[in-house]
Amino acid sequence: MGEFKVHRVRFFDYMPSAIRAMAFNSRTERLALSRADGALEVFNFADSYFQEKVIPGQDGRAVEALCWVRGRLFSAGLNGEITEYDLENLRPKYTMEAYGGPVWTICSNSQGTHLAIGCEDGTVKIFEVLEETIRFQRNLDRQKGRIISLSWHPSGALIAAGMMDMIKVFNAESGHATHRLLVERGVGASKSREVVVWSVAFLSDHTIISGDSAGKVQVWDGVTGTLVRTHLVTKWDVLALSVSRDESSLLAGTSEGTVVQFQFISSTVDQHDKEWVRTRTFKNHTHDVRALAHTDTAVVSGGMDTQLVVRPLLEKVEKNTQESALRKIAFPHRSLVSCGKKAGMLLFQFHGHLELWRLGESDGHGEEKHTCTLSETHGGCQRWQGDDHICCSALSPCGGWLAYSTISSVRLYRLQYNGSNISITKVAKLPKVLRSAHQLCFSSDSSKLFASTTHSSVIIIALSQSECKYLHTLRPKSGTRQPVHLMSASEDGKWLATANSDCEIHVYSLHKLKLHCTVPVYSSCPTAMAIHPTTSNLVMVHADQQIFEYSLVQKEYTEWSRKLQKQGLHHLWLARDTPITHLTFNPRNPAHIIMHDTYMFCIIDQNLPLPDQKTLFYNQMTLRSLPEPERTSHSHSFKICKTFQHLLCVSLLEDHSLVVVERPLLDIASQLPAPVRQKKFAT
Amino acid sequence: MVEHGDIRVVHRGGSKINFREPVLSHDSRLLLCASGECVKVFSSSTEECVHDLQGHTDLVTGVLLNPSNHLQAYSCSADGTVRLWDFTDGILIKTLVVGFPIYSLYASAHHNGVLFIVISMASDKRSELFQLAALHLPQSGDQLVEAREFSSVLGDVSSNPAAIAFGQGGEYIASAKGLHLEVYFFKKQKSYRFSLKEDNKKGAKNTFTCLSCHPKDDCIATGHEDGKIRLWRNFNHKREYTYSTLHWHHSAVSSVRFTPEGTNLLSGGVESVLVQWRYNQETQKDFLPRLGAAITHIAVSPDGELFCTAHSDNKLTVIQSCVKVSAVIQGLVKGESVRTDLMVDPRSKALVLNGKPGHLQFYSLQRDKQLYNLDIVQQEYIHESGLQQFEVVKAAFDTRGNWLATVEERKQKDSTLELNLKLWAYDEQTQSFVLNTTVSGPHEARITAMCFCHTADSQTTMLVSASQDGHFKAWQLAEAAQTEDEGPFWSCDFVGAYHSLVPECCCFSADGSLLAISFQEVVTVWSPASWELLTTLSQPPGAIRDLCFGRQSCSKYLLGTTAKNLLCCWNLLTCTLEWSTSMDVSLLLSDPLSENMAAFCSHAGCTDLFVFKPSEPRPLFSHKAICSGKVTRAVFAPREEMLESCEESSQWLNRSQLYFLTQYMDLMTFITKAEEDRLMASSKRLVIDDSVAVTPFYLLLGKHRQQQQEKQDRSFSAERNQLPQGSVAIKELLHTPAHVLPSASFLCSMFVRSLLISVTDSREEKKSEEEEMESDKEEESECEMEASTMGQGQTAEAQETAAPALTKAQARELRRVKKLDHSWLSSLLDS
Repeated sequence: MGEFKVHRVRFFDYMPSAIRAMAFNSRTERLALSRADGALEVFNFADSYFQEKVIPGQDGRAVEALCWVRGRLFSAGLNGEITEYDLENLRPKYTMEAYGGPVWTICSNSQGTHLAIGCEDGTVKIFEVLEETIRFQRNLDRQKGRIISLSWHPSGALIAAGMMDMIKVFNAESGHATHRLLVERGVGASKSREVVVWSVAFLSDHTIISGDSAGKVQVWDGVTGTLVRTHLVTKWDVLALSVSRDESSLLAGTSEGTVVQFQFISSTVDQHDKEWVRTRTFKNHTHDVRALAHTDTAVVSGGMDTQLVVRPLLEKVEKNTQESALRKIAFPHRSLVSCGKKAGMLLFQFHGHLELWRLGESDGHGEEKHTCTLSETHGGCQRWQGDDHICCSALSPCGGWLAYSTISSVRLYRLQYNGSNISITKVAKLPKVLRSAHQLCFSSDSSKLFASTTHSSVIIIALSQSECKYLHTLRPKSGTRQPVHLMSASEDGKWLATANSDCEIHVYSLHKLKLHCTVPVYSSCPTAMAIHPTTSNLVMVHADQQIFEYSLVQKEYTEWSRKLQKQGLHHLWLARDTPITHLTFNPRNPAHIIMHDTYMFCIIDQNLPLPDQKTLFYNQMTLRSLPEPERTSHSHSFKICKTFQHLLCVSLLEDHSLVVVERPLLDIASQLPAPVRQKKFAT
Repeated sequence: MVEHGDIRVVHRGGSKINFREPVLSHDSRLLLCASGECVKVFSSSTEECVHDLQGHTDLVTGVLLNPSNHLQAYSCSADGTVRLWDFTDGILIKTLVVGFPIYSLYASAHHNGVLFIVISMASDKRSELFQLAALHLPQSGDQLVEAREFSSVLGDVSSNPAAIAFGQGGEYIASAKGLHLEVYFFKKQKSYRFSLKEDNKKGAKNTFTCLSCHPKDDCIATGHEDGKIRLWRNFNHKREYTYSTLHWHHSAVSSVRFTPEGTNLLSGGVESVLVQWRYNQETQKDFLPRLGAAITHIAVSPDGELFCTAHSDNKLTVIQSCVKVSAVIQGLVKGESVRTDLMVDPRSKALVLNGKPGHLQFYSLQRDKQLYNLDIVQQEYIHESGLQQFEVVKAAFDTRGNWLATVEERKQKDSTLELNLKLWAYDEQTQSFVLNTTVSGPHEARITAMCFCHTADSQTTMLVSASQDGHFKAWQLAEAAQTEDEGPFWSCDFVGAYHSLVPECCCFSADGSLLAISFQEVVTVWSPASWELLTTLSQPPGAIRDLCFGRQSCSKYLLGTTAKNLLCCWNLLTCTLEWSTSMDVSLLLSDPLSENMAAFCSHAGCTDLFVFKPSEPRPLFSHKAICSGKVTRAVFAPREEMLESCEESSQWLNRSQLYFLTQYMDLMTFITKAEEDRLMASSKRLVIDDSVAVTPFYLLLGKHRQQQQEKQDRSFSAERNQLPQGSVAIKELLHTPAHVLPSASFLCSMFVRSLLISVTDSREEKKSEEEEMESDKEEESECEMEASTMGQGQTAEAQETAAPALTKAQARELRRVKKLDHSWLSSLLDS
């Protein structure tokens, strides 16, 4: 597999932000997730939990609650606004002031006709969901104290609202409160503190379940308004509740980082008097579990420790399949690093700024030594006007250009450096068509900038020292409305490939400036792709870990790809749980493809035989122990290296040295705030 | 066990009472537990053993209340029988012969006429596989019944009785083995199996150790190796079963038990803490800590009032509603091994051996009860695996029991050996031993042997200790040099050595005039008076293992065993080898009260016993294969009263009894046929007395009764009218100190009742009739049995002829009275 000089980069202080809210749409199997910085992510659970869409956040926009209404996504936040998102253009569609102070919660009825929000001033406001917008309908009876949580009864006639020290049940028609359920405060010192009902769930049999800051999960009879059971779950807070669709299982997320499952079980075999019984406890988090979703087969939880955890319920899935494995999603499924291959520069994208680093010279020849003389451009690019966060960024291969985009604008900078000084000049006049971009990409000779915009179209801009000129807009023929999430230009400047959330991959000829071909649509979304510099084959890796190679000249899958599909990939390759996020080629050995996910990077040698199911997949150590002549007979095309962990980027520079950008999860964990104190045995 | 003549090897005293789960009777006054070959019935309030239920001929492996009659109990045994007892009176009602060794026994109130037993899967008795079988009780009313009607319920179950339990309403039975839980539903005749993963990443062991079923809900609590308790629910589904996990114990849970109402779950393990979990509110739990030793079983009385825990140090603790320990029944504490020899305290005639860590226990073999513990080490015991603590390794008494010498040692991995020699004086006032002298580091290396001089009359006592450092030291009591208030203390008198060889054994002759010390292959004989080496004896090669002087008429002989399987006998008058014989003697022992010697020889994995006189060539008694494995500890315990056996083979048991410890730490002894018969008879006598049942005072006044035999001949009602104020018995009752008597309220009500002329109340009659329908039958059978066993009971027969004068109502009244608790009375009788 060859030897490389490795730049081991650990100075990318990427810090994901805490997960704040979650909503699962069981019809489309999409999970919407909001983070503390206001960013919104959509995961496709039907497609290997792939992070399909990311809507960047905004300063001052904290999303407190999320809600799906059919395919539409609404959010509410402490800025007092309700926002609907445009999932095709990855931006907020509109925001509407609720005029009730900070909004704590948003909830739709099961029919999807109305939204209820709970406000700081104690009102529950009902909004009607219209075709394009929402319209305020009325207020329910105003209460003293804020409304923290809301839940509609499935019939839509009643709403339960969690407040300070109590739960109120409203008649949605009349707007009057029908019941007032007093929640007991905690014991001891917390007696004097108000108890916050963080979450309520209204079940179809008129049972109300509440989780509160005293650590209780309480089951109430909603008809009579009486307390049925109290489960003391934790010493701290119960922050989130989630009920399965068939209302037989309930999850409660706590400040201790545990998720507690309750099940609706009959106490004896023959009888039908069921009750809620505490059953399992899942501990996959170190910090607060702020958001929970109960899918049909799994427990999805997220919180302060920034990881999204999918814990399958083993009784609902087949054993020993990919579905039955625990998944932790720590990093975004797209590249945050762009690499100026020729200049040896790295661009790191944070949500509020960019960092540009130049790789230094390694004095030794060992892999670990990489005493890079680093020069940082001033703490990032200048602050732009507005509070929007960066949605994408790109650095030209020559290192002379830098571009980034927010949801409202695209900026292009010209970089010049002599010695250790760097000057950054903003390119003032950009073509008007370039409003915003979902993906940015420079051509390999840095003469063109490609920016994908609405309807998967790509704008080509010619760059020169003097001016930037709009050249052309490439449009796919399929008429898709989905955004492009991957874009790749070929080394020879002939081709440009784009992939969108509809799993379509379009290849444009840059010479003819028109669509060259469309790769046959595969059911899973591509997660990485690149065009081979010499053979012009497009290599794609999908979310379900399949690898395809498509010849752009012959417009068909290559022989190797067919062989790979026929033989099937090794089960250990398929069992990996993070997608391949980046793909490059080795110019010195055209048969090599370099790709990486979070836990490993891999060089695929297309000349070697493919591994079959029985061969040892991770065979580096055994190969090393074998004598030289026998090695060839045992080696197969997948060479996997796990020396570097928690990878954000692996890229090959012009000078044939490998850049490995690591971000150890331990470093992230060490930067998190301290978790709630828990007594540990034997400490 | 091989029968040998009329002498049998039996468990007698000191057997495990924590072997199986104890059972509390319905009124929670009595506590039943399997103990060796009998079932012991204890009073749960006074800790006294009320009586033994004897009859099994092998280990009792399970005790269970009869679900259809709470005054009866079943017991099962490895001898292949199930026996039904009336445990209040100690009467064997029925014996069911199954024919295979039974490992545990279960029953449910919802399965009438069926007992569930665990037996070996194959006919081979050594098989490791066990099955649960339903045993259909034969209807015949005979006392000895063959029960051969089985049907297998579950194959491959655990032999651990805690791993099987009946579920709510007897609907299902749950069994756990290894990593699998199996639930069998009787109605559907279907079983569900659930498996846990072998081992998760954190190294926790998921193996099941015990289980308990909720009495009302469908919930099974299982205990696991890693200290977790899982509550299984919804187990009538193959996939949708679910469980919640409770974790407090840090290592294996050895017992879980739901209370009868199902409101609480009790669990216990190595931590010696009884944990009480609220059912459905598991975050709330109560603890009862410091129970002394690891909990092995938990039992709950049927009314939920009393808990009983069995502990690994052979102890039963009775606990009142999880807050207060109300009684402790301590058996013989058995650790992994006994480092000290078995000894008999000359004063109390109690067996003395290692007890709790750092203690010596004094155990009365006659009363089968621990007398007290003597804290030797006097340091806090810290429970931690791998931590080396001080251990008592040697102990010795002088002949009169005035002095006790103990050696404790601690060997830590890298440090040097720490040794302490302690001498304890018997204090008459406190009736216990008081530390007199502590010698720290009496020798440089481990002490191999220690003994007191045997002289009975001399004023000075001498202790000799031999050590691996090549020296032996004599210690003597010396007056304090300073005239302070300190009393006499022990100091070293003499240090001896022989050719820098290591002394192994030492032994004083019976009169104390000679001291024999073996140095590997050489036996040296010293005069303790002058410390002069009198002679050396050597014999064909082989290091000496044991040395023993003969007693009484054979005191001129010195016997020794060697590592080369030789038993040698030297004549000390001629200093020559008298005789020697080739046998692998693991232990040689002399009876202090006779000239007999006992040699335990290990042979082909078993141990044989030979009892002989050194002067006679033929052994007095030999018993092949007394137990499997090697016997290394044994003791002759003097009898309280001499036995008058004239048979030659059993004469050696007349003065003292031989007790030995098997490799599984079972204390066994030898018993003659005659003695056994006598014991049986004495246990029966009570039964006969009881069955006469005239008044509740009968038992108390029984001994005076014989004197007043003539008066007794009068009709019963006549006696009633005559107030017994003047009787000797009442006088004695009134003169007995009040603290010995049961509470006045208890006596009074019975006394008054006995004075009443019973009124035939129709309502009551009806009720009692219903109640007694079933018990009537049993009593009839009892009577039959009594009649058959009654040989010597002439007087009792006379009683019975007088009895027909009673009216039917009176008889019933009497029977009712008889059902009342007589335990206090019998205990009064005992004392």
